[in-house]
Amino acid sequence: MDKQQTPILSVRDVKVAFRFKDDKDWPWSAPRTLKAVNGISFDLHAGETLGVVGESGCGKSTLARALLNLNPANAGSIQWMGQEMRGASPSAWMAVRKDIQMIFQDPLASLDPRMTVAQTIAEPLRTHYPQMSNDEVMEKVRAMMGRVGLTPQQINRYPHEFSGGQCQRIGIARALILSPKLIVCDEPVSALDVSIQAQIINLLKELQKELGLALIFIAHDLAVVRHISHRIMVMYLGRAMEFAEKNALYNDPRHPYTQALLSAIPIPDPELERGKMIQLLQGDLPSPMNPPSGCVFRTRCPKAQDQCAQTVPELHTSGAGSQVACLLA
Amino acid sequence: MKLLEVTDLAVQFATQDGTVYAVNGLNFALDKGQTLGIVGESGSGKSQTVLALMGLLARNGKASGQALFQGRNLLTLPASELNQIRGNRMAMIFQDPMTSLNPYLTVERQMTEVLQFHKGQDRGTARAASVRMLDAVRIPEAAKRIAMYPHEFSGGMRQRVMIAMALLCEPEVLVADEPTTALDVTVQAQMLTLLRDLQRDFGTAIVLITHDLGVVAGLCDQVVVMYGGRVMEQGSAQELFKTATHPYTLGLLKAVPRMDRDDESLLAIPGAPPNMAHLPKGCPFSPRCSLADGQCHTELAALQPIAGAAQHLRACHRDSAIVSRELAHG
Repeated sequence: MDKQQTPILSVRDVKVAFRFKDDKDWPWSAPRTLKAVNGISFDLHAGETLGVVGESGCGKSTLARALLNLNPANAGSIQWMGQEMRGASPSAWMAVRKDIQMIFQDPLASLDPRMTVAQTIAEPLRTHYPQMSNDEVMEKVRAMMGRVGLTPQQINRYPHEFSGGQCQRIGIARALILSPKLIVCDEPVSALDVSIQAQIINLLKELQKELGLALIFIAHDLAVVRHISHRIMVMYLGRAMEFAEKNALYNDPRHPYTQALLSAIPIPDPELERGKMIQLLQGDLPSPMNPPSGCVFRTRCPKAQDQCAQTVPELHTSGAGSQVACLLA
Repeated sequence: MKLLEVTDLAVQFATQDGTVYAVNGLNFALDKGQTLGIVGESGSGKSQTVLALMGLLARNGKASGQALFQGRNLLTLPASELNQIRGNRMAMIFQDPMTSLNPYLTVERQMTEVLQFHKGQDRGTARAASVRMLDAVRIPEAAKRIAMYPHEFSGGMRQRVMIAMALLCEPEVLVADEPTTALDVTVQAQMLTLLRDLQRDFGTAIVLITHDLGVVAGLCDQVVVMYGGRVMEQGSAQELFKTATHPYTLGLLKAVPRMDRDDESLLAIPGAPPNMAHLPKGCPFSPRCSLADGQCHTELAALQPIAGAAQHLRACHRDSAIVSRELAHG
């Protein structure tokens, strides 16, 4: 990756908070805040894949949605090709959405059951290029269907006639039809069977090579993320714990949370799996309503010390090409 | 005598599309303290297998064959006798901890019910035993937590409550249907360690259903690989992972991204799992198999031991040496 090149997406200290009232609250009490994403920064270059991993409730999906303004960020800056997008007008977002598309987790639920495949894939074209002729639209749709591995005979079918893997291909075709520069993939393979999962990952990798796409790939499965990403961010309770080049992260994880995550993944080989040391984390994820003071991971961290409760660790360079938010690393 | 011996188990469903053969000719035997893994993708019949054993098939489902638990055939027992076994001598953990607990009842009420019904204990004794079991599955402050409702627990905690509930009567066989699929990896690691410890302490035999080959590698002694309602390959975990000889097993092993390797591209199995109502005529895997020939498309392969390993069974027309050579490094 050329470091001199300007990033296409530049995210600085983005925060997303949700305000709501609990059932137990009085009508006049102040609303509570849940800080789902709490100060995330990264740069993304053209043709690069950024993996975002973390357990449920760590804020990875909220971050993805904030990048597309599906839930607006409350603070920080999101710059797309040098243009500040946080708080931008709907028309400015409309122009940018040609370049940023999204693939969703549940392949069937993210398609309109009453629209045929052709209508679904053509919808972005009809929205963004209303002057385009019908013939031209259908030609593009057919070409795109072929590209993602669907056959032209399926063009007038409805989503329920397809399997999960095929529905995800329709979702990918819909995201690609505008030739975007960035696709945000929110757990695109977690609902699929293993054999189908591999098909979709390979398809995304091929398309990236061919079209020079940048991807933000969100998943909870570290093995899947390893296969597709160049750089990886590990999130926990709305914060980045570690941010590193792929090989640095997997070969030399610096943060205790990353180490625990990596050791927890079962390896399909009985000898390796039974011989390895698992670093078990105690307890559950703390409530994001009421996160621990200092380092948010300290309540489950095997190495936590007194200072971890006082100081919030910032991301700093540690080892070769890793950035870690840990006072001890 | 084996603890659980299943012979020629078949499950059929009568549907509007005709009869669906969900499980065909399944055989396995399980001893005390052993773990059997059933692996397969969605629709392979792995869940229906255990639902049949527990007498929990849907109304249009019919199980045939034999499933001997301590010499009694579970498939033909009347419900009244089956109720003395299931939940008591044989217990089940379901996939989704969110929906398999009753949201209207406290955990205490749901746990003591098991002991009151099966052991005839009074509420106080049952409560004490329940608290002890919650402690055993490492729920902090069990005595206080037991009075709570399921929604007050996190996903991992709820799955622990399910495991505790299944273990209350100290069953000989624990059936776990995708017990960790809905959980995060760190919580999954906690659960698997817990199951391993409980098996060591109580000598429980476990039937583990999963699609995750990593989980199987860590926990199972024997493995059954299912596809399209049939057994593709069956054997000890050691052998199956080291010398898998069925194209489907090999395909599965190669399709899983691995943490300990950085392969450039994953070897995907082309196509999609079969529609169980319209299975292909020959081997169910033949439409997706790169080695399939004429015989594979027209004729079912019998499950046979491979040469030199009587415990290692496979259902494939192609010679195991050829399959290994063609697929192992391809």
